Amino acid sequence: MAKAAAIAGSTDPPQSRERRPELIGVGSLLGTGILLTAIAARWVSGVVAIGALALVAGAIVTLVMVALTGSPDTKRKLAPYGLLKPGMLWLALFYLAPLVTLFRLSLSTLPSRFAVEAEFDFNFGNFTRAFTDFGPQFTRAFIYAGIATVLTILIGYPLAYVIAFRGGRYRTLLLGIVVIPFFTSFLIRAIAWRSLLADTGQVVQLVEAFKLSGLFETLGIMNNGRILNTPAAVIGGLTYNFLPFMVLPIYVSLEKVDPRLVDAAKDLYSTSISAFRKVVLPLSIPGVFAGTLLTFIPAAGDFVNALYLGSPGTTMIGNSIQDQFLVQNDLPLASAMSFVLMAMITVFVLIYSKFFGTEDLT
Amino acid sequence: MIRLEAVRKQFGGFTAVERADLSIRRGEFFAMLGPSGCGKTTTLKMIAGFEQPTSGRVLLENVDVSRVPPYQRNVNTVFQQYALFPHMTVAENIAFGPRSKRVRRSVYLPQVREMLEVVRLSEFADRKPRQLSGGQQQRVALARALVNFPSALLLDEPLAALDLKLREAMQFELKRIQREVGITFVFVTHDQGEALTMSDRIAVMSQGVVEQVGTPEEIYNEPASLFVAGFIGSANLLPGRIAENSSEGSIVDLLAGPRVLAHGPEQMLVGSQVSVMLRPERLSLLPAAEAHQLQISGRGLEGTVRELVFQGASARILLQLPDGTRVVTNVATDADLPFLRPGDSVAMTWKPGAAYLISGWPEHAGANTTDVDSVEAAL
Repeated sequence: MAKAAAIAGSTDPPQSRERRPELIGVGSLLGTGILLTAIAARWVSGVVAIGALALVAGAIVTLVMVALTGSPDTKRKLAPYGLLKPGMLWLALFYLAPLVTLFRLSLSTLPSRFAVEAEFDFNFGNFTRAFTDFGPQFTRAFIYAGIATVLTILIGYPLAYVIAFRGGRYRTLLLGIVVIPFFTSFLIRAIAWRSLLADTGQVVQLVEAFKLSGLFETLGIMNNGRILNTPAAVIGGLTYNFLPFMVLPIYVSLEKVDPRLVDAAKDLYSTSISAFRKVVLPLSIPGVFAGTLLTFIPAAGDFVNALYLGSPGTTMIGNSIQDQFLVQNDLPLASAMSFVLMAMITVFVLIYSKFFGTEDLT
Repeated sequence: MIRLEAVRKQFGGFTAVERADLSIRRGEFFAMLGPSGCGKTTTLKMIAGFEQPTSGRVLLENVDVSRVPPYQRNVNTVFQQYALFPHMTVAENIAFGPRSKRVRRSVYLPQVREMLEVVRLSEFADRKPRQLSGGQQQRVALARALVNFPSALLLDEPLAALDLKLREAMQFELKRIQREVGITFVFVTHDQGEALTMSDRIAVMSQGVVEQVGTPEEIYNEPASLFVAGFIGSANLLPGRIAENSSEGSIVDLLAGPRVLAHGPEQMLVGSQVSVMLRPERLSLLPAAEAHQLQISGRGLEGTVRELVFQGASARILLQLPDGTRVVTNVATDADLPFLRPGDSVAMTWKPGAAYLISGWPEHAGANTTDVDSVEAAL
């Protein structure tokens, strides 16, 4: 607020008057956001917290009062900030505050093996341990999620293509079929796969009936006659569960491609294949990009598939974090691991978007 | 150059093109004109290669290409909504064809630059299509097709997406570009004004059949069928029977009463059903007293004024013949008109040769026009 006042003071009086509603808007938005985060993250407590809460309420009341009694011009300028407020407060309370709490926790130490409350002491050792103790789990998470993402593209792109260009009046029905498995819970689907892939399950029986065990072993899908508990089962589960997240955005971007563009490309001496490569594919890249993010990010943090379809040899970082949080009760270490995972995914997304670009193509 | 021989196209049970026989000459500006659903676009698609004829042959430069895919035909299309590639710049769009044909960069780059100059878009080379106006996009589509030096350029309703002013400007622009590059243009339109203004020859189509092929003048003055007469401009179609054939033409007994003298493309049998076409602007009005004299010479009708619509340079007058048939005329307002009011009796006449014979009787006797608004205004 002080900085805002300085800016206002440095300009001409009439201009500063004009800008005042906007300063009030931005100020109250940021102020309430920070205060609410601080209260929820328990930075401040006791009397200070009550004071802070009073400030938040005061800021909201001021905004409402100004909006009600101000000139039409002021109201018009304040409206966007007023509309942003509920969302901002929600984010402060349920996103920023937990994040701050988690970060604080990741730098804390448990006084003893059985202690519940950790003490905040800038303990970077948690981050070191996250790297040294859980290297394989991080690697596995990224490799499994990466392979699953590539597989969802390989399966999902042709699927979306056929629905978009050949679906005709069955488009909606076909899309519905893609989404139908989602009416069943995520967990139940993973458990269902567990019994399908079990040593005495239908899949293994089929493979053996067709004498394909040898081929499956060479491909690395089977291990000593088992499919369940292999990396292939975990990757397969991830692929299956995240496929719709790939199909839907690709469908949306393909559906927007005017089929006449393909005609135009063919008219200009392109074969069907090069028309696809030079026109349809580039125009559908935004869909592939969105689908990759929607698939890779949750897949990298997933623990359900590795839990039900994998073995101790296939644990992903999600499993380790869950274990540290809920079984070992080492909250500081678990928090640090969460942050490392978050940072890695952020870096991945930044690099990925650098290469694929998010330039609007429509 | 382009020849269609007995081309027929069916989609399931629906026949889009019944029979098309066309021969388009090199360097010609050729129009295919007809109401929507007449099969003109399907015919164009068969020339381009997007559709294959059910029967009959399509010949380009005397080679049967009926089963040849579009990318192997040396014709290019300008699509109705242009179909520019949105992810490419203007220059990349234009270079698409040469690059697909694996033309060397050093060869096609100057060609692209030259085409940009022809369509006057040189300074827009690096823009994306969505940053251009409708008229500019249209010209990019033209350049993208013409840079391949096709033996013919096919245009599917090229001006339909433009507003009226731009459409008129683009008509001249298209003519200029066609003269400059000297390539055969085949364009499809439902707008008769556009076809009359721009084309060297027009094929009028209706319900999958080519009704007439000819120059704009031939089609306007000597329509081969009642459909053509009614579709191109306005026409008064008066049904009657041939009474007598003479060296000056045929004498027709109109159902409306009087006998008139008219000429047609050929002698028709006495007694056959015919229609006499009178274009509204060829009719002139005289005082009612002269009607009798005019009717004896076979160039006169008598009628009553029903409505008079002043339109500035001309006036549109709706007349009623004694049997109730309505006839419309266009009269220049500076002519010394008899002072007309609704209810007045007048005589109508026309110059020798203005009455044209078409076989068959029209669905509605009297005024026929595609210009629906003006009819409604007049009625």
